[in-house]
Amino acid sequence: MNAPYRARLNREPSTFRKAGVPIASVLIGSMTPLLPIVASAPVLPPFGLVVLICWQLLRPGIWPVWAGVPFGMFDDILSGQPVGSAVLLWSIILIALDLIEQRYIWRNYWQDWFIAALCLIFGLAGGLAINNFLVSDTRLSVLYPQMILAIFTYPLVLRLVARLDHIRLKR
Amino acid sequence: MAPPRKRRPGFSRKAQLQIFTGYLLAFTGAFAGLLLLALSRFDPAAFSAVRSVAAEIGAPPARLFTGMRVGVQDGWREVAAYFNAGSKNAELQREVERNRIRLIEARALKQENRELRRLLGLIKQEGRPVATARLINSSASSSRRFATLDVGSRQGVQRGQPVRAQRGLIGRVLETGPNTSRVLLLSDAENVVPVRRARDGIVAFSQGRGDGRVDIKLIDIGINPFKVGDVMVTSGNGGIYPPNVPVAIIEKLTGDGAIGKLLANPAGTDFVIVQEIYEPELVDPEASGLPPANSETAAPASAPRTGEPVKKPAAQTGPTPAPAPAPATSPAQAPGQGRP
Repeated sequence: MNAPYRARLNREPSTFRKAGVPIASVLIGSMTPLLPIVASAPVLPPFGLVVLICWQLLRPGIWPVWAGVPFGMFDDILSGQPVGSAVLLWSIILIALDLIEQRYIWRNYWQDWFIAALCLIFGLAGGLAINNFLVSDTRLSVLYPQMILAIFTYPLVLRLVARLDHIRLKR
Repeated sequence: MAPPRKRRPGFSRKAQLQIFTGYLLAFTGAFAGLLLLALSRFDPAAFSAVRSVAAEIGAPPARLFTGMRVGVQDGWREVAAYFNAGSKNAELQREVERNRIRLIEARALKQENRELRRLLGLIKQEGRPVATARLINSSASSSRRFATLDVGSRQGVQRGQPVRAQRGLIGRVLETGPNTSRVLLLSDAENVVPVRRARDGIVAFSQGRGDGRVDIKLIDIGINPFKVGDVMVTSGNGGIYPPNVPVAIIEKLTGDGAIGKLLANPAGTDFVIVQEIYEPELVDPEASGLPPANSETAAPASAPRTGEPVKKPAAQTGPTPAPAPAPATSPAQAPGQGRP
């Protein structure tokens, strides 16, 4: 067999790219608090969590269920939340997504969006609840703009993640 | 299709175990998260080293981007200033004329104030600037309100130092790294600042609401004296924050106080100043020729010179440890006692 033919048949995407692109995308999403935005209210959607949820919904089973622990740790260090909050919340979200995936196998786009919205609201409200438990009270209404923004970021990030998936599986 | 009842990926023992371990690890991880939270509760500074390393790594690009952002903002402002340039110029000149006179008056008052304070034995520590820096990023996606400052312990920044902008107070330093430090912004729910109304000195507390505004809470509950538009400044009580730094302007009244809008919006400030921790201090009473505020023994030594009854000065200078209202009560007796 000639080399060109061998190159064109039976090709596999690079393993590094296959594993690395999703991980890198979540980490980059978690790094958004490093952007030079000095906000006096929480406004930025939690991009790390959005990207994580998108990958999980687009390619179920791409992460082991425990992936929320390392990703959450990284997010906690950068986000300003008390360390451990994203570890806890993201783990719960990934376990929930896994159970949903087993129970409801065929879902359409809107159902996915609904599930993602619930997860995002849980993640944000949970973070606030942890803060309120640790220090002092902030009202939930502070989070409404961020929640709405995060829910409407989901479709955009999903498209981006789908594009990244093409890159990831390119042969 | 109903999902299979038993979720077995076949007869492979390895695959079954993998799923089981995955769940085990996930639940352990969630539990570890709880433990970490408990650790952060009992030792809030536990992860400050890791956080400061992350901040240090993230700082150089953030500095660059901040520079670009500020440049764009300034450029836009300059372009915007060309609209109505003529009428604005005339108006500004009139204002300059008015302000020049006020400035002279203010200078005289400042001088007088300094003199009186010296007589009283109160050093007004202005909070000398430690460093001037930029806020380079913030916890924009968290419900806590932190910002990162691009100076750190190498530039002399220490924990607890107040941070202010030209227009008002920003917050205080919470953690320091070598070249970056974390600032607890005023709008954070944990940041409580003693304030008073600039007009008449009604004391209150300001506490962040998490959304760029602060709750102004009265200390003595009664009829709500606030009006929309009142300006609150720091009172200097309790140290840390120097007195008379503008904090908030009252926007809405509530049952037990008011909601104030911050005067210095951290998003709109270019440079901020880190100041030394404010601690009101008394100089040695011999230098000022006044009895020390809280000792009975020194009072007779200075009282005979003025020819007043012994008890009276001691009783009047009693409340001096409170730094802000002190000058109002003291000048009546002070000038007789010999300026240094």
